[in-house]
Amino acid sequence: MEKQFSPEKKNSQVIVVTSGKGGVGKTTTTANVGTGLAKLGKKVCLIDTDIGLRNLDVVMGLENRIVYNLVDVVEGNCRVKQALIRDKRHPGLYLMPSAQTRDKSSVSPGQMVKVIEHLKEQFDYIILDCPAGIEQGFQNAIAGADRALVVTTPEVSAIRDADRIIGLLEANGFKQMDLIINRLRMDMVRRGDMMSAQDVVDILAIPLIGIVPDDESVVVATNQGEPLVGSSSPAGQAYANVVLRVEGKEVPYLNFDKGISFWTRVTGIFHKA
Amino acid sequence: MRHFFRRKSSCQVAKDRLKILLISDRVNCSPEIMEQIKLDIAKVISKYMKIDADNMEIQINAKGNKSGRGGKMPSLYANIPIVDVTGQDLAFKQ
Repeated sequence: MEKQFSPEKKNSQVIVVTSGKGGVGKTTTTANVGTGLAKLGKKVCLIDTDIGLRNLDVVMGLENRIVYNLVDVVEGNCRVKQALIRDKRHPGLYLMPSAQTRDKSSVSPGQMVKVIEHLKEQFDYIILDCPAGIEQGFQNAIAGADRALVVTTPEVSAIRDADRIIGLLEANGFKQMDLIINRLRMDMVRRGDMMSAQDVVDILAIPLIGIVPDDESVVVATNQGEPLVGSSSPAGQAYANVVLRVEGKEVPYLNFDKGISFWTRVTGIFHKA
Repeated sequence: MRHFFRRKSSCQVAKDRLKILLISDRVNCSPEIMEQIKLDIAKVISKYMKIDADNMEIQINAKGNKSGRGGKMPSLYANIPIVDVTGQDLAFKQ
């Protein structure tokens, strides 16, 4: 296989974004963290490993540009470079889409490792969007990764699944696992109707790397196919901070209470009663 | 208002449920094995005193020392009703 970009060996990081439970925000997180890193000038490759149910292309707004996919690469129908879609909005950002008409058994963990080893020569970050569940798709996604972002929401079912995933990652030799708490609603936490970020961290006992508030603009951004990282919306700012922490920078956590007026607080007290 | 203060917040309920749930998830111990452990414990204790094996209960919870992840190490907790404590000579008979 030929080298496309810089000939020197990069010190690249391979990060898997996983959660166990579906619908907690793995794909949104992958898209935003990847885009955010590209905005910082990094060379980033996103890989959708959810074979049969691809989503990352849609969230990134790149669905119309797919020619080849991950399964084509693995089966030798095309070269790695041919399957990579360049995101024209952000230099250095590429997507390797998944196959929609195949199933998880089309790719093996060994084949994933091979593809990633090849991509490592060209990228600073390779971010894998893991499918829900703990079966073959999960095994494929974690095979080549050396670091994990575990996404959860402050709900019993999502936390339970995240705990199981953390156990499996530990059993697979992962040393660096960081937690992203997604869709936190401060108003509900204040009422005592939602676990706080601290509660979730206490239970799962892995380092926290981000708290993303429940934010309508995430839906809007997904509608438009443009990740919102770096925008002025609360989720956009939260993701921008996650990106900096992934890069190893220390960033204080945002205070999502800011937008709440005194009046809302007062009426909130009465709602409780 | 009084009704509100007495009720546990749903957040607290969630935390309590998760604590128990995750311990059994992490231990990964099937109910059959738990039943087997219970029978074996009853057998051993019966050597020394008369117990009510039907009403004994065992469970795994997090009362132990600190362990790596998840704070506390799980421990096995057994509640064994003793019917007759005076039957100490029982041990010598067997």
